[in-house]
Amino acid sequence: MKPEDLKVIVATDCGSTTTKAILIERQAEGYRQTFRGEAPTTVEAPFEDVTRGVLNSLAELEELSGRRILDGERIITPARPGEGVDIYITTSSAGGGLQMMVAGVVKSMTAESAQRAALGAGAIVMDVLASNDQRAPHEKIERIRTLRPDMVLLSGGTDGGTVRHVVELAEFLAAAKPRPRLGSSFKLPVVYAGNRDAREDVRSVLAEEAELHITENLRPVLERENLGPARDEIHDLFLKHVMAQAPGYKKLMSWVGAEIMPPPAAVGNIIQRIAREQGLNIVGVDIGGATTDIFSDFQTPAGEDGLGERVFHRSVSANLGMSYSVSNVLAEAGIENILRWVPFDIDEADLRDRIKNKMIRPTTVPHLLEELKIEQAIAREALRLAFVQHKLLAVGLKGIQRGRTISESFDETMAGQTVINMRALDLLVGSGGVLSHAPRRSQAMMMLIDAFQPEGVTRLAVDSIFMMPHLGVLAQVHATAAAEVFERDCLINLGTCVSCVSKPKAGRECFEYRLTVGGRRREGSVSAGELVLEPLGVGETAAVSVRPARSVDVGAGRGRAIEAEVVGGVVGVVFDGRGRPLVIPQNNRSEILTRWAAALDAYPARF
Amino acid sequence: MAHAYTPGLRISERTTVRKERLLPIAGEVLVEKGARVRADDVVAKAELPGGVSTVNVVNQLAIAPEDLGRYMLKKEGDAVSRDEVIAETRPLIKWFRSVARSPIDGTIETVSRVTGQVMVRGTPQAVDVRAYIDGTVVEVQPNEGVTIEAAAAFIQGILGVGGEVYGELVVVGSGPDAVVGPDDLGDDLAGKIAVAGALVTSEVCERAAEIGVAALVCGGFHDSDLRRLLGYDLGVAITGHEDIRPILIMTEGFGRIAMAEGTYELLTCRAGQCASANGATQIRAGVLRPEIIIPVAEGAEQPAGPARAISATGLTVGSPVRIIREPGFGRLGAVKELPPGVEAVECESKVRVVVVEFPDGESVTVPRANVEVIES
Repeated sequence: MKPEDLKVIVATDCGSTTTKAILIERQAEGYRQTFRGEAPTTVEAPFEDVTRGVLNSLAELEELSGRRILDGERIITPARPGEGVDIYITTSSAGGGLQMMVAGVVKSMTAESAQRAALGAGAIVMDVLASNDQRAPHEKIERIRTLRPDMVLLSGGTDGGTVRHVVELAEFLAAAKPRPRLGSSFKLPVVYAGNRDAREDVRSVLAEEAELHITENLRPVLERENLGPARDEIHDLFLKHVMAQAPGYKKLMSWVGAEIMPPPAAVGNIIQRIAREQGLNIVGVDIGGATTDIFSDFQTPAGEDGLGERVFHRSVSANLGMSYSVSNVLAEAGIENILRWVPFDIDEADLRDRIKNKMIRPTTVPHLLEELKIEQAIAREALRLAFVQHKLLAVGLKGIQRGRTISESFDETMAGQTVINMRALDLLVGSGGVLSHAPRRSQAMMMLIDAFQPEGVTRLAVDSIFMMPHLGVLAQVHATAAAEVFERDCLINLGTCVSCVSKPKAGRECFEYRLTVGGRRREGSVSAGELVLEPLGVGETAAVSVRPARSVDVGAGRGRAIEAEVVGGVVGVVFDGRGRPLVIPQNNRSEILTRWAAALDAYPARF
Repeated sequence: MAHAYTPGLRISERTTVRKERLLPIAGEVLVEKGARVRADDVVAKAELPGGVSTVNVVNQLAIAPEDLGRYMLKKEGDAVSRDEVIAETRPLIKWFRSVARSPIDGTIETVSRVTGQVMVRGTPQAVDVRAYIDGTVVEVQPNEGVTIEAAAAFIQGILGVGGEVYGELVVVGSGPDAVVGPDDLGDDLAGKIAVAGALVTSEVCERAAEIGVAALVCGGFHDSDLRRLLGYDLGVAITGHEDIRPILIMTEGFGRIAMAEGTYELLTCRAGQCASANGATQIRAGVLRPEIIIPVAEGAEQPAGPARAISATGLTVGSPVRIIREPGFGRLGAVKELPPGVEAVECESKVRVVVVEFPDGESVTVPRANVEVIES
């Protein structure tokens, strides 16, 4: 069926915890998302079949929409009046994570590039092996043998450079006789993306012991990274070796009208599309049950040629999430970092037990306000940690190229410099259950501001009902439909955050502001450590003028005023005088957090 | 969400359990189809390749990798012993002779003309695969392993740590809601699988380790105690590899939670019998739950037990359920009502709800996602 003939589309996103179904219908004004259903993802016993959750979510969609979609366990196609759909499409992350080991010759060069490639493809990097990592050969071999990764990425050497060290790494791999984590009958997939001159030697060393896939060198010259081909190869192998292990996946493949996409790829599509069409610097986040994916699309500063470039980065923090991975957020952030966001006293042991119980029963939802606040505290840390990982990955690449001088290559600070410039960030978009389904939108806005700490003037939005994955996969089939639904039904503008970017002195005035809306002025001031909300509705814009105190920076330098146009939303304009980096005084934590929440009317007052 | 079924934990008084027992690499299967085996019988064995040591011969002899062949005294496949000379230079003046020696007993595995490295493979390590459960060999996969089948009571827990053990099943404590203390564990529990009540603490684990208890099965465990026991925070629920004794199996969750009566009654009924237990858990795709398997002894009359089986079907009015999130985490009741629409709960989330009535007549409305059906 041609894209223009698609009138009724059903799309699901099979997440690690919940399967979400949406119905999209062509109406007089264009494509609209009309109904939504959901059901627990059924990769667990007793079903162990991802399609069961899909059928349940579609059954709920039928119930809510009144449209008959299923004939038993078959999706009715094509659409007819009152029943059927023209196409079924889906994303799926129900295969668990991808666990990889990467190797390169020099730890801070090719091994680091290999790590970026693996992380960019959504892997958990279990270990980074390098010729100069100070470990004895037998220790490296033992490590490879005991880790049992899903896949290994072997790199090393620029093209025409060292062969010996790369082959040595291949020899360690072969000596370990590595076996994959899943599927005892498979050979371990090894992606070789190193010196092209070493390919034949690597092939002869690894041919017997591994399933070797050779791709372009990810560091062909010292000054340039070429991560794309290795990332694509990893992604293909991920689908074949890891996702294919998800129960029911093969059946799901037979139902769809377009290739199943992993959600990070689908959401990345949509983020990139908006950024480039609207010329915005965007950071997008999708926080799920098992993983947190962050996407950024930035215009780099003009180089010697006077031109900048747009660079897109995607990171998948495979073990940061709100259900299956919630306990790992605790392990990585530490209990004190989670507690600092909890606006009431709670016994540490009790908090630990609650977090672990969410991990073992991942589909449960907060009922009590106290439980909601705990989940939102954990979400702040998951988002913060995922963003730290993203910034480490999104380092100075120019497209797939990043020029570095030899001296820069030896300079560790240059090697880790991120391209994420928070002062240049135009739009921060949140997606995922904890953000999209927060009972009040101001809660989502607070979580995003606290975790990402935007600087200067930044617009914030959330995915209304968590449909970016669906639209990402739809964009592959029908870009216009995806764009129309995105504009009309997906993105909910929360408003704008105007924040000071330095550390204001406690108790002093931080800045004064003037908001002009349709010729009417509103003025106010913000003290250090204070949040102030000014209402500005959806579709409204205002001219804002901010005059900081002499020692305070609101983005233009200390004491320098800024003028900007701000966009309203369901929350409004938040003036943030808490400074960066945000520090929460722990002696009166509950009182301060409660005051901030009250400023945004984030929680009901009766509790 | 109309459908709500959180982890479907199986509890079966009598079922057919099949266990694949496979070698990590090809080896030898020691039993035949139809053979009766005991849990600790070795059913297959193999030799894992030994560890590898590398000798950088070109550096030691100060030669070029491509010349390595001229100086090697041993070739690939040759056995070598520790400190045996494997390569040497032959200068005109013997005093200038350089040698490279094998660091271990083993076999020359590779001699690389590219890197100049020689890899010496150590003596193979024997690996035995045991039956794990008392039962009958019903399938043999030549060189790979066997499948063992047994009629058994089968109980899944919610989370465990530690690998496979077997031993006599013993109940300690006074009931499913009891909290067992270190003093409740006697020396006679050595090598046994001890069923405790609602909570086991790290002090109890330490005492059990002193005695040599094989496994502790309990309703709940505090995460702070688990952290103390493991030495780290359990981040992702993929367990089973921990080298700990006793292994630990929780049937309900974290905290002090009475063991479900059905589970406790079944375990109590089978006390004194030999059981196998495994703490391995994976709460991800390809989910794996900890388990306790109590095979029916051959020719033995099986004592009657509670005929309960946890199901994980959708909710219906009357379904016995357990609340699995605060408030009322762990409380048991029955579905009284299933309101059709969405309702706002205390935190203002709008969700599908269920009205649950407790045995004392109290009713609560909770999200459907926060209950699990416990019996059919």
